[in-house]
Amino acid sequence: MSNSVYSPGTVPGRLSQDEYAKNFSDINPVLTPHEALVESDRCYFCYDAPCVAACPTEIDIPLFIRQISTGTPRAAAKTIFDSNILGGMCARSCPTENLCEGACVRETAEAEPVEIGRLQRFATDTIMQEKIHPYQRVPETGKKIAVIGAGPAGLACSHRLAMYGHNVEIFEKKSFLGGLNETGIATYKTVNNFAQKEIDWLLQIGGIKVHLNSPIKNMEDWKSIVHNYDAVFLGVGLNDVNSLQLDSNCITEAVHFIEDLRQASNYETIPIGKNVIVIGGGMTAIDAGVQSKLLGSENVTIAYRRSRSDMGASEHEINLALKTGVNLITNAVPLGTTGELPNTKLKLGRTEIVNGRIRHTDETIELPFDQIFLAIGQKLGWDLETLEMNGGKIVVTASGETNIPKVWAGGDCTNRGDDLTVTAVAQGRDSAEDIHRRLSN
Amino acid sequence: MATLSSTFAGIKSPNPFWLASAPPTDKEYNVTRAFEAGWGGVVWKTLGLDPHIVNVNGPRYGAIWGPDRSLMGLNNIELITDRPLGKNLAEIKLVKQKYPDRAVVVSLMVPCDEASWQGILPQVEETNADGVELNFGCPHGMSERGMGSAVGQVPDYIEMVTKWVKANTRMPVIVKLTPNITDIRYPARAAKKGGADAVSLINTVSSITSVNLDTFSPEPTIDGKGTHGGYCGPAVKPIALNMVAEIARDSDTGDLPISGIGGISTWRDATEFFLLGSGNVQVCTAAMTYGFHIVNELKSGLLEWMNDKDFQDISDFSGLAVGNVTDWQNLNLNYVTKARINQDLCIKCGRCFAVCEDTSHQAIVINSGRTFEVIDEECVACNLCVNVCPVEGCITMEELQPGMLDKRTGQTVEDSQLSWTQHPNNVLACESD
Repeated sequence: MSNSVYSPGTVPGRLSQDEYAKNFSDINPVLTPHEALVESDRCYFCYDAPCVAACPTEIDIPLFIRQISTGTPRAAAKTIFDSNILGGMCARSCPTENLCEGACVRETAEAEPVEIGRLQRFATDTIMQEKIHPYQRVPETGKKIAVIGAGPAGLACSHRLAMYGHNVEIFEKKSFLGGLNETGIATYKTVNNFAQKEIDWLLQIGGIKVHLNSPIKNMEDWKSIVHNYDAVFLGVGLNDVNSLQLDSNCITEAVHFIEDLRQASNYETIPIGKNVIVIGGGMTAIDAGVQSKLLGSENVTIAYRRSRSDMGASEHEINLALKTGVNLITNAVPLGTTGELPNTKLKLGRTEIVNGRIRHTDETIELPFDQIFLAIGQKLGWDLETLEMNGGKIVVTASGETNIPKVWAGGDCTNRGDDLTVTAVAQGRDSAEDIHRRLSN
Repeated sequence: MATLSSTFAGIKSPNPFWLASAPPTDKEYNVTRAFEAGWGGVVWKTLGLDPHIVNVNGPRYGAIWGPDRSLMGLNNIELITDRPLGKNLAEIKLVKQKYPDRAVVVSLMVPCDEASWQGILPQVEETNADGVELNFGCPHGMSERGMGSAVGQVPDYIEMVTKWVKANTRMPVIVKLTPNITDIRYPARAAKKGGADAVSLINTVSSITSVNLDTFSPEPTIDGKGTHGGYCGPAVKPIALNMVAEIARDSDTGDLPISGIGGISTWRDATEFFLLGSGNVQVCTAAMTYGFHIVNELKSGLLEWMNDKDFQDISDFSGLAVGNVTDWQNLNLNYVTKARINQDLCIKCGRCFAVCEDTSHQAIVINSGRTFEVIDEECVACNLCVNVCPVEGCITMEELQPGMLDKRTGQTVEDSQLSWTQHPNNVLACESD
């Protein structure tokens, strides 16, 4: 292909095969056994450890690190999976600098936390590569549970319920399992089709029947599910995106771009603009911006309406974007587009924050673009008359109960979700515990 | 300006750091490298009679590691030199000729009969070596043949052999002691009675460092079998310090020069040996871990400390801590301290809490904000929190001054001293005046 970084417009094949391979390789490769030993030595085995408190799934981190340090990574993996069955993906995708590693006392002591995420990946990779599934189902209970949505929350819930001997049926609207693990996480964080491998490994527990391409289309579907199952878990995630009134046909949802990349077998075929603008300030914006750059875009700008410290993305992720060569413009909202391709520009209005609210100023900025990615958040886009909602999300208790009997929910679709895989896993797991408790009485 | 130059048992060396009799001092090549690196002296690896002994052809060392695989303890099953006597003697002569300012002491181990000693001593004298060290210490292999620690474990033999040696040489005689005994003072007294010019200690401690969990054999393993070896390195330093102090404060041996050995890795370790009565020190494991270059740190560290303390010479501080080593019964029971946690330094790991709560006196409380505080009413000042805290200086022991209230006992701290010998609970206590 003759395209390059400087080719105008939105075209594929800007880079060589070697460059694509390098750009989309594992950003944080698994530790070698020696590296894992050296790193595990650094853990102080804190009492009531702050890292555990900072982990939404409350993995016994000091214990698993000690198990690594004594040469038993399989036992370490079991410790991790006991709390978080998707510990493999979380080791790759968690913003650890805001969670466990941010709380590590070594961060206080020497600004260099124990690399908990990488140690977790070392342990979980060890056992998963050996195809060992360290759990067995107890005898079947005869209870049937429907899990709607096969993202992190639904998968974690399904596994825990199956372990307790219940029969689980997953209803997934897409043609594959995984939810945001499959579509919402940058490719370089989860190489070699890890998300699907993890699901195959998880399903080894047995007792989980999967229905793909099976959305809940209407109230009839819903009523029949609630009627036919002993319990229902909703882990539908946020399946609709927020939109912005912008008049351009060069606008794509960032999540679709990320999903396409994850499902791509050949990066050379994916068109990318010479000038790309990403609108938003969360992890999705970062993932879209970084990957645009990695696909060979010459100029990538992330534009966010508030200040840097307000961005949803962690400082670590923002720095990754800057290091990759992505520009960051803060305090700027899109106002409209001007010109015709290939000379289109996005007009942005400068904002200032007064008492926490955005106020527009007279200053404007114009940026040329060939492609715009929108990453301004997702919404549920899902409504069931009788389900109590708040702010567009399903209202649940701490154990995941909704206002409808027999119906639990967890993950991003609930008011307790926070856009993190690890939180969704915790909520799916906790709902499963609550469902099990209820069904056992 | 302080000087490191040292005279030990009449033997001069430019600094007090000698390499102990061990693999690093087995050959001219190694010793030359050591002297080029700056070591003050060597004790040549132990010579025996021809035909020379043989060593195993499998692993000779086993190890214990600390964090980050730092070597804490090393164990060896190597025997004395496995080279012909003549070859060693020729090399010793050559080295001494080339480095006349350095100390070259020759370690010896021959059978327990006077003729054997009479035979070897003139040959050693012929090399112009500065002295001999009698190896009564090696706990493995040679001891099965009635030598090494088999001699060192019987004070009468120590005295007997030392007398033979003294009677048959003009050289200074250092007797190297084994720690594999119950009371180090007896062999030291025997050495003195035999006329030794000095003792050196400790030799290695009998040990099995580990057991292989797959082959069920001790390490190091030779064809499925293992044997106990001699343990050395940082792990044995506390044992060595105590034994050195025991000899230094014993009324019979207090004036006997001591060459301190056992886990010396840094200038600090060495200085501790000096303070407990050593006149010089010998190093082995640290060199076997890092190479000879460490001697520069030993020298610079000690010199800086001497200048800081205004000591001119090693004799200025050798033994300075001996008077402060006493029996438990003499410790002042009116001395009261309490642990104090520096909140600015605390990194909130909670290890102090875990160990105090689980294994000690429940004297630390977790306050809101995960701050840890000592409960004076419960603190017995055991020091465990200080020892497990990963931040040096974060937890300290604060002395309660006389007149202050010890909240644990409800008693006011007394100005006077009270030892167990005077304590009312001691039925054998003598009335204090």
